Amino acid sequence: MKESAEVIAGVFILLGTIISLISAIGLVRLPDVYTRSHAASKSSTVGVLFILIGTLLYFLISEGYFSIRLILGIIFVFLTAPVGAHVISRAAYRANVPLTKSSVEDELKDYFQEHEKERG
Amino acid sequence: MAFQILINIIIALMWMFLSESYTFASFIAGYIWGLLLVLLLNRFIPGRFYGIRVVKIIKLILIFIRELVLSNLSILKLIYTPKPEIEPGIFALPLEVKSNWEVTLLAHLISLTPGTLSVAVSDNNDTLFIHAMDIDEVDQSIQEIKDSFEKAILEVTR
Repeated sequence: MKESAEVIAGVFILLGTIISLISAIGLVRLPDVYTRSHAASKSSTVGVLFILIGTLLYFLISEGYFSIRLILGIIFVFLTAPVGAHVISRAAYRANVPLTKSSVEDELKDYFQEHEKERG
Repeated sequence: MAFQILINIIIALMWMFLSESYTFASFIAGYIWGLLLVLLLNRFIPGRFYGIRVVKIIKLILIFIRELVLSNLSILKLIYTPKPEIEPGIFALPLEVKSNWEVTLLAHLISLTPGTLSVAVSDNNDTLFIHAMDIDEVDQSIQEIKDSFEKAILEVTR
C-alpha cells in the first residue's frame, strides 16, 4: 500500500516539476512580455496542480488522510493565475510596452488610441 | 435555479425529519427523492430543471481540462523547437455573451487554452482582445472558441 502510494505520488510530482521547468525555460526563451505570460500562466498553473495532486494522493493512499486544504489550494491557484497573467499583460499594454518585432497584427491599437482621446 | 435547489434541500430536510435519522446518508437519500419530485413537478416551478444545468457545467469543466492539457503540450513543443517560427499578435473577438460574469468566465478559459491569452476587454463588454501565439489561423481560432467555450457558457447561463 505504502509503496504504491510512493510510486503514484512520485510520478505526479515528477511531472509537475518537469512542467514547471518548461515554464521557467519558456520565460527565458520567449521574446516579449505577452508571449512570456503565455508560458508563465499555463505551464506553471498545471505544474503546481500536478504537485498538489501528487501530495494529495500520497497522504490519501498511505495514511488514509483526505486533505481538503490541498483541494482548496488547487482551486485558488486555478482561479488566480490566469487573472494575474491578464492583469500583467494589460498593464504592460497600457504602459506602451512594445510587442516583439515578429508580431504581425495588433487590433487593440486602434481601439486603445481612440479610447485615450476620449478620455483626453 | 437557486430556488429549485432551495426546494430540493427543504425536501431533503423534511425527509430527515420524517425518518428521524439525522445523518448525512439520510440527507443524501432525501435529496435524491427531492430531485425526483422537482423533476416531476417542474411545470409548476419557474425555470428549467436545474439538473440539466448541472450536467452542462460538468461538460464545461471537462472541455476545460482537455484544453488545458493540450495547451501545455503546445507550449512544450514551442519551447523545445530550436528556432520557433511564431507570429504573435493581438486580435479582436466579438462577443455574444453579455453579462460581466459570463465575460469573466470566458476570458478566464481563454487564458488557459492553447496559444491564446486575453489582454483587454472593451468598455461596453462587446469585444475581447486576445493575444495569440500564432496569428495565422485567426478566423479558425475565433470559430473554435465560439464553438466550444462560448456555446458551453451560453448553455450554462441561459
